Amino acid sequence: MSVLVFAETIKGKFKKATFEAVTYGRKLADALSTDCIALCLGDVTGAEDLGIYGASKILNVKDDALNHFDSQIYTSVIAQVAGQTSSDVIVLSHSANGKSLIGRLSVKMNAGSVSGVNALPNVDGSFSVSKGVFSGKAFATYEIITAQKVISLMGNSFGVQELGSAGTVETISADVPASRLTVTEVQVSEGTVPLPEAELVVSAGRGMKGPENWGIIEEMADILGATTACSRPVADSDWRPHHEHVGQTGIAIRPNLYIAIGISGAIQHLAGVNNSKVIVVINKDPEAPFFKAATYGIVGDLFDVVPRLNDALRKFKAEA
Amino acid sequence: MKFLVCISKTPETTAKIGFTNDNKEFDTNGVQFIMNPYDEWYALVRALELKEKLGGEVVAINVGPASNDIIIRKALAIGADKAIRVNAEPESAFAVAKYISDHAKSENYDIIFTGKETIDYNGSEVPGMIAEFLDLPFISYASKLELEGSSASIERDIEGGVEGIKLDTPFVLSAAKGLAEQRIPNMRGIMMAKRKPLEVVEPAVVEEPVSIASFELPEKKEGVKMVDPENMEELVRLLHEEAKVI
Ligand SMILES: Cc1cc2nc3c(=O)[nH]c(=O)nc-3n(C[C@H](O)[C@H](O)[C@H](O)COP(=O)(O)OP(=O)(O)OC[C@H]3O[C@@H](n4cnc5c(N)ncnc54)[C@H](O)[C@@H]3O)c2cc1C
Ligand SMILES: Nc1ncnc2c1ncn2[C@@H]1O[C@H](COP(=O)(O)O)[C@@H](O)[C@H]1O
Repeated sequence: MSVLVFAETIKGKFKKATFEAVTYGRKLADALSTDCIALCLGDVTGAEDLGIYGASKILNVKDDALNHFDSQIYTSVIAQVAGQTSSDVIVLSHSANGKSLIGRLSVKMNAGSVSGVNALPNVDGSFSVSKGVFSGKAFATYEIITAQKVISLMGNSFGVQELGSAGTVETISADVPASRLTVTEVQVSEGTVPLPEAELVVSAGRGMKGPENWGIIEEMADILGATTACSRPVADSDWRPHHEHVGQTGIAIRPNLYIAIGISGAIQHLAGVNNSKVIVVINKDPEAPFFKAATYGIVGDLFDVVPRLNDALRKFKAEA
Repeated sequence: MKFLVCISKTPETTAKIGFTNDNKEFDTNGVQFIMNPYDEWYALVRALELKEKLGGEVVAINVGPASNDIIIRKALAIGADKAIRVNAEPESAFAVAKYISDHAKSENYDIIFTGKETIDYNGSEVPGMIAEFLDLPFISYASKLELEGSSASIERDIEGGVEGIKLDTPFVLSAAKGLAEQRIPNMRGIMMAKRKPLEVVEPAVVEEPVSIASFELPEKKEGVKMVDPENMEELVRLLHEEAKVI
């Protein structure tokens, strides 16, 4: 019995969410007094590093067909490796690919599944684990009854830790079924941390008046090394790309810092961000509902406040 | 072309969330229910658009009790040709997916549509499960879908970008924003919906692999600390020294 972490890559590279899943897998393995095995698929670079984040064994199945994501063949290979390594618990990242895999793996392995977990399970006697439900408005504790289990970890809910040293990567074989789809392109914005993984997020809403004013938002994100986000009407009006849209119908995030600028704080917006650790709200309306969810609030005109905040942040960064 | 659209029922987006029975049950008192937005706005509408272009049939399916008929009728009013309700109240995504795939396995649907997730339990599990039960390819979080004959081009949302995919029907697809534009049912649709078939199926009961033991509300925020808009150095200091996030 061991814990198998699917170590996800995009274009062969590991993401922070993967390291977080490995750290989580290791802590879970410790609680169960067993090993944490990391599995990567296709051509990858830097797999040795998974040892640093807690993997006691690093496995790699190589096959051209695994260089693109296909939930069907990934599921088949992960389930085979789980069998070979007698792994009872599979840990995934709650990412786009993780969400495509969790249901399939559950059925394939006859394993109970819980997606988007935010903490280690309780493993004495039963196996119960908590996750956010009602779009961030509550938490639920799920109990998994089956012997085999699949869980996916919500990004930024556990943290990445260095728990060991680089390991060696063992290449193993598995039957790789033929893929029934072709991936024609993978487009990711280079340079910035994707929203679900970002620790610092600068977000703006309709208070910005128009897309031409986003310079000050990008500037703040630049200074902080933060990722930009926006409210739904902003994405709906094409002021910003729609993958920046956070909230109940957009992406749910839980960064360490969420700075909300010119956003009213409607309940559907809050649903996606209210699990952020610290929230700063900048709004000219002292009655804006967002202040109720904020850690720090500034009542003022954003076109005046944001440039001065940028100056203060720049000064802070220069001195740090 | 034959399309199946899986529709679920969720609390309305502004619903106040609370629990009863020692935090073991969701308190539905005073809560209004709606069709899950991803199912209604994107999955159902894209299926209807493709049917209007290519001909065929759109079937809506829900797993739930008789009180769900109201959202099923809405799917018919928006344009689905017929509907199926599997009469069960499952606790797990696994059971929902098993019931849906039991129906779908002999029906030869070209595409099975779902929403990307339900806004209550935020699972994103049902569509992948249906795909695995039926041994079909599955594309999650699709924001674009074009169909020519049996060949589909799809864009799906991935972290910080999109992925382009080509494949042939049949497959399962979960719908994200961008796939279609919301349609509001009109009077004629509502009248016609009353005469469209809504078949109720009694399923063979599935064993649930997971269950919810309890719920919890998030801790109340301590209350906002207001910072003088003239003093942004103070905000930076608080973020660094007190909150320790920068
Ligand atoms: C089913 C459903 C799902 C939804 N899902 C989402 C979702 O996922 N995400 C989401 O964001 N929304 C969602 N919404 C929309 C949501 O209800 C709000 O309409 C939306 O969040 C408002 O966006 P906003 O705050 O940018 O704009 P507004 O509500 O227009 O607020 C603009 C704010 O900017 C402030 N402001 C204006 N000028 C300035 C200035 N110069 N300086 C400082 N402050 C200024 C104003 O005081 C105001 O508070 C959903 C709605 C529904 C019905
Ligand atoms: N009870 C249900 N009946 C029919 N379809 C459902 C049901 N529950 C979930 N679905 C479908 O599966 C999608 C994802 O749900 P979930 O995996 O629960 O987040 C939803 O958007 C629906 O399309």
